[in-house]
Amino acid sequence: MIVTVNGEDRTLTDGATVRALVTEMDLPDDGVAIAVNGMVVPCSSWDQSPLDAGAEVDILTAVQGG
Amino acid sequence: MPARRWTSSRRSRVAEPAAPACPDLPVAAQIAGVLDSPLVIAGEEIPSRLITGTGGAGNQEVLREALIASGTALTTVSIRKVDMRLGSEGPGLLGMLRDLGIRPLPNTAGCRGAAEAVKTARLAREALGTNWVKLEVIADERTLLPDAIELVEAAEDLVDDGFVVLPYTTDDPVLARRLEDVGCAAVMPLGAPIGTGLGISNPHNLEMIVERAGVPVICDAGIGTASDAALAMELGCDGVLLATAVTRAENPPLMAAAMREAVRAGYAARLAGRIPKRFWAQASSPPID
Repeated sequence: MIVTVNGEDRTLTDGATVRALVTEMDLPDDGVAIAVNGMVVPCSSWDQSPLDAGAEVDILTAVQGG
Repeated sequence: MPARRWTSSRRSRVAEPAAPACPDLPVAAQIAGVLDSPLVIAGEEIPSRLITGTGGAGNQEVLREALIASGTALTTVSIRKVDMRLGSEGPGLLGMLRDLGIRPLPNTAGCRGAAEAVKTARLAREALGTNWVKLEVIADERTLLPDAIELVEAAEDLVDDGFVVLPYTTDDPVLARRLEDVGCAAVMPLGAPIGTGLGISNPHNLEMIVERAGVPVICDAGIGTASDAALAMELGCDGVLLATAVTRAENPPLMAAAMREAVRAGYAARLAGRIPKRFWAQASSPPID
C-alpha cells in the first residue's frame, strides 16, 4: 500500500503499523512526534496503530529555531 | 554592615529573592544571592533569567559555544517535519541540549492560526515530553507580529489541555492581561519585531505590563545588543528571551557572554532602585566654604 510521509509517497506492506514505519525509517523513539491524518499518535500507541492505504503521515522533530 | 533591603517595593507580585538569612553575611554574598535568584515559572525554578533561542546559528558547534557562554538553562527549539533527504537533525540538537543540561522549550514558530499552533504544541509535547510551550501565532511574514485574536484563542485551548503556556505577544498591556486571564504562566511581550534588533521600542508599555502582571514577564524579541537586554530588566522584566542578537552576531559566544552579564546587571539595577531623573544638575560633592 502507499502512504504519504511528509508529503512524499512511500510503499509499505499492507497493514503496516506506525511502529513499522518508524523502524523502517530508523527513527528514534524520543524527539519525534507523529500525526496520522492530522491526529497525534502517541509513542505508546505506535505498536497498535495500523496505517491505512492513503494515510497522510507527518513526522516531526525539534530543529534549531525561535 | 547593616542589613539591606534587596527587594523593590513595587515588585512584591513576583517571587522575590528571599531576604538574606543572616544579616551579618558579607555584602558580596548577599549580592550574589540576589543575582542568582532563579526565575520561577509555574512553580518551577529556571536558574538563569536569560532564555535563549536556537534559531539563526551558522552551525551547531557555534550554537553550542554560545549556549554555554550564555549560561542559559532554557532554550527554544522549533518543531518541523523531518527532512526525508537529510534524515533527522533533531536528535543531534536535543542530544546536545541534554549534554549541556539545558532544557528545551518547544515553540510554535511559523504557525499562522490558533488551530495550527495548538496542533504544533501537541506534537511538540509528544516529541519532547514537555507540556511547556512558547506560543507563537504569527499574523504575517513581513512583520512577524502576533495575531492577537488567534493568540488568545490558542492560549485558552492549550491551557485547557494542560499546557504551561508562555505566549509571545505584542507590548500591549491589555493583551497581556487577557493572556494572563486565560491562564498563561507568563507573558512574553516583544521589545521590537522578531529579528530586527531595534531594542525596546516602547519602554513605557513594558513598564505598564510589568506593573499589572501577576505572572512573570519575559521580554521576547527585538533585542539587538547587551544594553537592550539590560534595559528590559531595568524596566522590571523577570527575564529576557533572545536568539538572533546572539546567533547572528559576529562573535556569537562573546555576545552570549555579554547578554548574560547584561541581564544580571539590569536585574540588579532594578532591585537596587535607580535614582530619579532630574532636570537640573545636583552636586554630589559638598560645597566649598
